[in-house]
Amino acid sequence: MQPQLDPKPFWHPLWAGLALGLVLLLTFLITGHGLGATGFTTRLTAWLASGVPAFVGEDSYLGPLAEDGIFSAWITWQVIGVAAGAVLSAKIARRIRVQIDGEKTLGAPRRLLSAFAGGMLAGLGARIAAGCTSGMGLSGAATLSLAGFTFLVTFFAAGLIMSRIFRGVQ
Amino acid sequence: MSLIEIISGLALGFAFGFILENAGFGSPCKLTAQFRLSDWSVFKVMFTAIVFTSVGLMVSGWLGLVSLEGLFVPPALLGAAAIGGILVGSGFAVGGYCPGTSVVGLMSGRLDASVFLLGLIVGTLVFAGAYDQLEALTTMGEVAAGDTLPDALGVSSLWVNGFMVIAAVAVFIGGTALERRLGGPVSAAQAVAGATKANP
Repeated sequence: MQPQLDPKPFWHPLWAGLALGLVLLLTFLITGHGLGATGFTTRLTAWLASGVPAFVGEDSYLGPLAEDGIFSAWITWQVIGVAAGAVLSAKIARRIRVQIDGEKTLGAPRRLLSAFAGGMLAGLGARIAAGCTSGMGLSGAATLSLAGFTFLVTFFAAGLIMSRIFRGVQ
Repeated sequence: MSLIEIISGLALGFAFGFILENAGFGSPCKLTAQFRLSDWSVFKVMFTAIVFTSVGLMVSGWLGLVSLEGLFVPPALLGAAAIGGILVGSGFAVGGYCPGTSVVGLMSGRLDASVFLLGLIVGTLVFAGAYDQLEALTTMGEVAAGDTLPDALGVSSLWVNGFMVIAAVAVFIGGTALERRLGGPVSAAQAVAGATKANP
């Protein structure tokens, strides 16, 4: 289970931030919009629910997305890219380890339950705001949008408070 | 979807994922340490990227490389943004990831990240199922003064960007000072080993 060699250290946050800024800037210059994530999971959800009329029927939220299809969206290809970039980086730097992260402190059942609950909250929130940390927080703030800054402020305030109420992964 | 668009999505996404993983953002322990104030990597990386892009877009506009009016700016539906921010921030603290970083977590072998992604799909289904009731929230709190901070305040983006650069420097100085006091950022070795209470 243990890797033979130590994992390589993470990049300094300044270099990681500048690199991320460069990629985000290029994304805006090439596509006219920023980077995201839940645009894909929402389309994935629409595709998974495409047989259920309650979710994809007339006047439904997911209906038009289910009709569009999953691979006709730029964001789908971008998220496939994210997965590929992450796995290559983790592989090169010897940072892949199959585990339930947080199992040691929370126990596996509680950790998986917290991951599921957190995912649900994020999924619901991202649809209300029409974006997540990447699409609304990062990309939205990079255009100096009020919505982006509002999202970031409430995101961090809620995170600070919740992490004191609820013992998460630590 | 043209081939060029597919390639641009794959290439830009690849760089995005590569950088997020190298920043340590596949680790829920490192990510949530931002909220415990012992690891300021999330703030530092996000702030740097936001300022770099914002300044870069301003300069690109000056040089005529891009029409800034043509860029997507999210509408100023601030009530919706605030509710969404609260829910995504709470989900981050509870679940250990945000949507994008859960993909990175999964790709570095974290099974809990796949359960987070499953929750994300179920949360989206809950929203879709209750859309008639929730739709009003998605358009809540519209601000008419403008969609961007420079427009709403009636100042040039140069001023706002100047302030942001100063704020970013402050985040680096203040964050690093707090990291020192609270035990330091989560290292790659600690992140790979998985969360233990010994980690900050």
